[in-house]
Amino acid sequence: MKHVITLAAASLALTIGTAAAQEKLKIGMMVTLSGPSAVLGQHQRDAFNLAVKQKDGKLGGLVADVVIVDDELKPDVAVQKVQGLIERDKVDIVTGVTFSNVMMAIAKPVFESKTFLVSSNAGPSPLAGKACSPFFYSASYQNDQNHEAMGKYAQDKGFKKVVVMVPNYQAGKDSAAGFKRHFKGEIADEIYTQLGQLDFSAELAKIVAAKPDAIFTFMPGGMGVNLVKQFTQAGLSGKIPFLSAFTIDETTLPATQDAALGLFAGAQWAPGSDNPASKAFVAAFEKEYGYVPSLYAQQAYDSALLIDAAVKAAGGKVKDKEAMQKAFRTASFESVRGSFKMNTNGFPIQDFYVVKAVKRADGKYATEPVEKVFTAYGDVYAKECAIN
Amino acid sequence: MSFTLLAVQTLNGLQFGLMLFLVAAGLTLVFGVMDFINLAHGVQYMLGAYLTAVLAPHAGGFFGALALALPLTLALGLVLERIVFRPLYGRGHLDQVLATFGVILIVNEGVKLAFGAAPISVPVPDLLSGSVMLTDGLLFPVYRLAIIGAGLGTGLLLWLVIDGTKFGMLVRAGATNAPMVSALGVDVRRLFTAVTAFGAMLAGFAGAMVTPILSVEPGMGDGVLILAFVVIVVGGVGSIRGAFLAALLIGLVDTLGRSFATDILKLMVSAPTANRVGPALASMAIYVLMAGVLAVRPGGLFPSRSAG
Repeated sequence: MKHVITLAAASLALTIGTAAAQEKLKIGMMVTLSGPSAVLGQHQRDAFNLAVKQKDGKLGGLVADVVIVDDELKPDVAVQKVQGLIERDKVDIVTGVTFSNVMMAIAKPVFESKTFLVSSNAGPSPLAGKACSPFFYSASYQNDQNHEAMGKYAQDKGFKKVVVMVPNYQAGKDSAAGFKRHFKGEIADEIYTQLGQLDFSAELAKIVAAKPDAIFTFMPGGMGVNLVKQFTQAGLSGKIPFLSAFTIDETTLPATQDAALGLFAGAQWAPGSDNPASKAFVAAFEKEYGYVPSLYAQQAYDSALLIDAAVKAAGGKVKDKEAMQKAFRTASFESVRGSFKMNTNGFPIQDFYVVKAVKRADGKYATEPVEKVFTAYGDVYAKECAIN
Repeated sequence: MSFTLLAVQTLNGLQFGLMLFLVAAGLTLVFGVMDFINLAHGVQYMLGAYLTAVLAPHAGGFFGALALALPLTLALGLVLERIVFRPLYGRGHLDQVLATFGVILIVNEGVKLAFGAAPISVPVPDLLSGSVMLTDGLLFPVYRLAIIGAGLGTGLLLWLVIDGTKFGMLVRAGATNAPMVSALGVDVRRLFTAVTAFGAMLAGFAGAMVTPILSVEPGMGDGVLILAFVVIVVGGVGSIRGAFLAALLIGLVDTLGRSFATDILKLMVSAPTANRVGPALASMAIYVLMAGVLAVRPGGLFPSRSAG
């Protein structure tokens, strides 16, 4: 008799457990929250939390249970933690991911467990092409695109001679290649700097000696802050157009301040973007956190909106993988960036802009769009992706 | 490659070298006198930068903040010496490395908690904000001249103190043979405390000086620390004169390597190959230099520790 009761109690508990699980949406957010790049992860985390809060703690009508983990920018740590998310926390969706090397490390275990991966930043080319997966969806961009936008802009402006300066590692080389895809003029010099370089005076002297029409650079994080300060202090701001990707944004502007004014970057969105969804997002974000959101924040916010729309379209059946895949592909939501359409490889088809750093009327620094470079632009790797 | 460009790059190299000297000076004193490996020197540099950045708006600008940052970093050095370093003097280098590495982790995270993960800004002080025309279109910021001045000034001051005062004599003696100094009746513990605090203040001064040109962010001291170790190893541990010359040498080798390695290679091999090999060679240059110096002079350029 005792056994029967225990059994009954256990099965009751199980039923309750399943019922509760069905009403909940478990999301694991993995972002970089330690080390020099922690600020990028912070923007992503804050924006995602804001979206969940605005929807009363629910995404797609289900109570969203968000577990946030720090990948420490270490691929091996990230793999361990993502396995914890999948096996222990039993998440339905993994989102976030700040850096591409972390993304490449966790993609395989996540796909193998048939868990959805929604990127709010990293967009490495293999995942857009040959290694694409029906479990991967991006609410950000493919890594090449912001660089391509700057190359196209340089071409459209009629610049004849450009110096390219990037750090000497894979992402730097990809950046230079992305810039050159649409820029057909002369590359006067290609300068490869050390990762984490402090002082750029030698490079700046070389750039001046080359007399270019513009420079293109990709210097994420503190390197970019150092470069921008030193570029302006050397009196080059306003003389040589400064085109960049992931160098001038709201994560570095608080440190560069006036030194970055008038410098350009390529992006799919800026806080100055003129559409109602964007304005509402920027206002709500600044009210909640007291700082200006960057594109990293915008992408994480859109990730939450994308998940919300997909879960809703699938009727809340997050365990039905096929329904969810279809829902992610066709999900429609009001993206903060304006136009957003899912490509066959799970990456967005969207517009790209050249944006400029400005000082707003309230004294804060932010970027705003100057002109549109690409309209409804998909990445070049989509044709290599065999999902369709 | 014109002569003016070479001259400009030499000046850049000297400037970078003097910046490294500011950081390395305190490190070499502490390592030399106490045989103590202080990885926390990098965070002392970072604290100097943060104090300057945070205090600047309240202390009437950069100079006021600098004046406050110096005694504060000195005090922090005293605190760190008392609670972390002192129990470790008799221990091996590995224990010291582990403990001070722990300090790096704690302080980096602490700074992030206190001031946020985003880099913060310090404008160039008005007094030093101009620039001088070097070549057509290239300006050399006056602030960089100020760094050259600060580096030279610090070098001169240290030389006067180390070579001309009783404290300096004890520091030199301690670097050569600390047990003997102790046997002669000098309170080595007080000497150690003074040197550590002074070293922390030098690190803080270096951190404060770079705030207008470099990004002030958590972990900013980590990369600098490695360069500073290269400088003191090349210069000879414990020798200020060695650190000064080694810093200039490394600043020049690094800057000239970055400027010209790729161009020189282009004369010999195809441009894509040069673009691939040049930057790699340039970033290796200072470590090759260090290996070369150590092969010829295992104690560095100016060894101060007595053999055995």
